[in-house]
Amino acid sequence: MSDFNQKQILETIKMIKIHHLDIRTTTLSLSLRDCATGDTKKTAAKIYDKIIKYAKNFVSLADEIENEYSIPIVNKRIALTPISLIGESCDNCDYVYLAKTIDRAACEVGVDFVGGFSALVDKGFTNGDLRFFEQIPEALAVTQKLCSSVNLGTSKAGVNMDGVLKTADVIKKTALLTKDFDSIGAAKFVCFCNAVTDNPFMAGAFCGVNEAECALNIGVSGPGVVSSAIYDLPKEADFGEVSNLIKKMAFKITIAGELIGRKLAKKINIPFGVIDLSLAPTPLRGDSVAEIFKAMGLEQAGAHGTTMALAMLNDAVKKGGIMASSYVGGLSGAFIPVSEDAGMIEAAEIGSLTIDKLEAMTSVCSVGLDMIAIPGDTPNSTIAGMIADEMAIGMINKKTTAVRIVPVIGKEVGDKAEFGGLLGYAPIMKVNPYSSLDFVKRGGRVPAPIHSMNN
Amino acid sequence: MEENDSNQIIITVTGKDKVGIVSAVSNCLAQNKVNIEDIKQTIMQDNFVMIMLCNVEKMTVSFKEFKDNLLKLTDELGMEIWVQKKDIFDKMHTI
Repeated sequence: MSDFNQKQILETIKMIKIHHLDIRTTTLSLSLRDCATGDTKKTAAKIYDKIIKYAKNFVSLADEIENEYSIPIVNKRIALTPISLIGESCDNCDYVYLAKTIDRAACEVGVDFVGGFSALVDKGFTNGDLRFFEQIPEALAVTQKLCSSVNLGTSKAGVNMDGVLKTADVIKKTALLTKDFDSIGAAKFVCFCNAVTDNPFMAGAFCGVNEAECALNIGVSGPGVVSSAIYDLPKEADFGEVSNLIKKMAFKITIAGELIGRKLAKKINIPFGVIDLSLAPTPLRGDSVAEIFKAMGLEQAGAHGTTMALAMLNDAVKKGGIMASSYVGGLSGAFIPVSEDAGMIEAAEIGSLTIDKLEAMTSVCSVGLDMIAIPGDTPNSTIAGMIADEMAIGMINKKTTAVRIVPVIGKEVGDKAEFGGLLGYAPIMKVNPYSSLDFVKRGGRVPAPIHSMNN
Repeated sequence: MEENDSNQIIITVTGKDKVGIVSAVSNCLAQNKVNIEDIKQTIMQDNFVMIMLCNVEKMTVSFKEFKDNLLKLTDELGMEIWVQKKDIFDKMHTI
């Protein structure tokens, strides 16, 4: 093909330059199942060597591809097999030592984040899991690039409520240990219901036990591309037209991501995994999911109708993405983090967006309560209650839900937390003042829901 | 076919029209042994827009070096220059 279409070329450049189309992340998924040795130091050494072996040229090759296509690859990341599984074979495993080693390897190869300091406890804890949970806060406090996640429930197993309570403790302890930096440690920790095993996004990326030795997973983004296209539609365009337009944009974004992903995977000489098309915002003006709601006709994110707008957006994004690639990841859709989205921050600051509305939105978005700053003195039991609500939405609706909240120690409603970089900043949001304590401390496991007789 | 395609790049030059743009760009391409296969140019909203389809098969330097050389012209000409492999446009805009 020697022909080229000027309009299409200029459209693509506009998408990149003005509407911030980018490859949000290329995530190298790496299995560590062969690294369990029975001894912490030996395990750490094996993990370190394996990361270096697979990822030593990862960043430079990604930069090369970025240069060839002039599409920014914002983050390079690594996702590992849940470390709780790998460390469990070791006597009195020192998970913090493993965390430090992984962090050192991540710095050595130059990636932005490394995920997989994780545990899968949806049905219960092993002794190793219990030990692992105790060490998460310190591990997050003493590392730079490490991200941690836990899976607390599934639609098949129910929700581990002991895990929910312990997770709330982990969040609070992590926040306390990093209180000098607006409790940023808690921003590197997320808990899930129905966690996805090939997720390229942080803080929740890990390499599931069912995944291959290694793979390259891609996360593309571009909420600005979608909002500007909707703004260009006539105001009276009906929902069918809006949905169709979103599908077309999602198709273009996904296929660009898949091309870049496959080229990079070939260069690194590992298999291509999945492409996850998630409209993940950044604090940059215009790179915002909230802006899409405005383009659709809502005055602010959080106004009545926002849940419907998000449901339609999420569905259309998935449909367009599926047309573009055979291997679309499980989280494709729209993310609604507060601190990472200028429009969401604005809506939260003026009171249009509340935690309650965000919770409703998570029943139709691609993940959950994300990057929400709450008062530092919020009781652990209240945090556990928030997590329980979110797990319930995931469990019943057979979807992935997550909670990444930051109790910012020393700050209260009216203050702001500064996380910096892609994590942005967030107003401290009000939480419900009434107690959940007696409810969450019952413990045990919420039984798996019935999957018929839906209403 | 695919190998051949991946050698094709698109160079997009935009900015205020002036004397010597085509000459400066094509001179740089010749120096790096990059072949021009097609050129289209127009004026859009007072802006000069030139799109070149080129082939880098016989290029004498690395892609990065070539791109850096070409982007040096950005300041010299006061133009915006984009250099991208062509397959991205083919993929994104065709089903």
